[in-house]
Amino acid sequence: MSEHKFQEGLYYTKSHEWVKIEGDTATVGISDTAQDLLTDVVFVELPKVGKVVKQLDTACVVESVKSVSDVFAPVGGTISEVNTALEKAPETVNQDAFGAGWIFKMTGVNAAETANLLDVNAYKEFVATEAH
Amino acid sequence: MLLKTPLNAVHKQLNARMVDFGGWEMPVVYTNQIEEHNAVRNAAGLFDVSHMGEFLITGKDSFALIQELCTKSIEGMEDGKVHLTVFCDENGGIIDDLTIYKHNAEQYMLVVNAGTMPDDFEWCKKHAEKYREVKLENVSDKITKLDLQGPKAQEILQKISDTDLSLINRYWFKVIKIDGVEMVVSRSGYTGEDGFELYLRTEYSEQIWNKIMEVGKPLGLLPCGLGSRDTLRTECGMMLYGHDIDRQHTPLEAVYSWVVSFEKDFVGKPALQKQQEEGLKRKLVGFEMVDRGIARNPYPIYFNGEEVGVVTSGTPSPTTGKNIGMGYVRYDLRKPDTMIDIKIRDNFVKAKVVKLPFYKK
Repeated sequence: MSEHKFQEGLYYTKSHEWVKIEGDTATVGISDTAQDLLTDVVFVELPKVGKVVKQLDTACVVESVKSVSDVFAPVGGTISEVNTALEKAPETVNQDAFGAGWIFKMTGVNAAETANLLDVNAYKEFVATEAH
Repeated sequence: MLLKTPLNAVHKQLNARMVDFGGWEMPVVYTNQIEEHNAVRNAAGLFDVSHMGEFLITGKDSFALIQELCTKSIEGMEDGKVHLTVFCDENGGIIDDLTIYKHNAEQYMLVVNAGTMPDDFEWCKKHAEKYREVKLENVSDKITKLDLQGPKAQEILQKISDTDLSLINRYWFKVIKIDGVEMVVSRSGYTGEDGFELYLRTEYSEQIWNKIMEVGKPLGLLPCGLGSRDTLRTECGMMLYGHDIDRQHTPLEAVYSWVVSFEKDFVGKPALQKQQEEGLKRKLVGFEMVDRGIARNPYPIYFNGEEVGVVTSGTPSPTTGKNIGMGYVRYDLRKPDTMIDIKIRDNFVKAKVVKLPFYKK
């Protein structure tokens, strides 16, 4: 397995999503570890704008050549924007998981829900233990 | 406990991602599945498929036993020839698809799938009982099977063999030496490319694997996992047991009508004859996605809002750039250009029936 990148200032789930909280909005993607586990992302089924999800509901789906994986909403909210660039270039998720590979944004987010998530250090530790 | 092939440590050393495949710990990908796929289409790939099973059938009654067990007649089969064939149960359901290697009239090798191997062997044993002069031997754990596939396969293998490999034609085999080790080498495979299947004694596994990698690397050879093996075979419309074929489907419903010889008797023949007389109700077809989406086993297939079948294999196709799949549909919908809908999660996604294979060299 190649060396994974981690990004400070984000919260993570044990299912390898990341979320960036800004006020009551959030941006969500999958981590560099997740994209490596998935291998080549070939398809992203984006959620519908306006969809309301609770924390850890399935928000959408990413597919590699061999697998279909649910993307869970790290926090609850309303889907407000989706990264339509991924429809043409799903491999962006592999190339830049924490940047251009973001998947969707949400509004109406309750930042207190991050208490149930991992910070970057806890997530690093989780990935390290899971690898063994 | 997962079963391991003799090359397990080699795969791990190469940092392969290992998965449980039918009870075997197998490499699914070494570095990148699409690169491995393309290596086979453009240069060459080496697969460890030692999980597959091999049976030897020897003795005067070998012919009669094989005729009884297999749908395809071996009448007139020449020594050194390889046949694709099927075991059916009494209902015509497919027990396994396999290849037969004929050494001579009293010596054959059967190559079966890994997951089905134990049942296959019991099935053969049961049918062998009534024959006096036949010996059935399961040599699966004594044989390593390597598939060297791709347009550069012959050039690579020729570097370590004194036999002129161009003399082995497609679906024929010879017992020859590769790097000094005697083995069965057939020109055949599961990728739609030129290439060879090698059957050698397990003690030479690492020597032969390493030697082929060493002489092949400069020509673009990559070790390839089961992931690319699956996309390669799907592009060629080749059946995968447990997905496209199983006991619930007959060879006539799958794309195996051509391996059914009604002119001789075999287990399952009355059921298949009856099915043919009554007419097929479903047929395995190939399809390509028209709208965005990847079909997967076992998504349902719809036509005009009615459920008419099921996806058995589906994948993005690296060679064609399309999302392709196979599945069973109602018999009247089998014709190319028929528009169908694949139900992917909550969405109906348009697809079109197309002729198999998706890719031909």
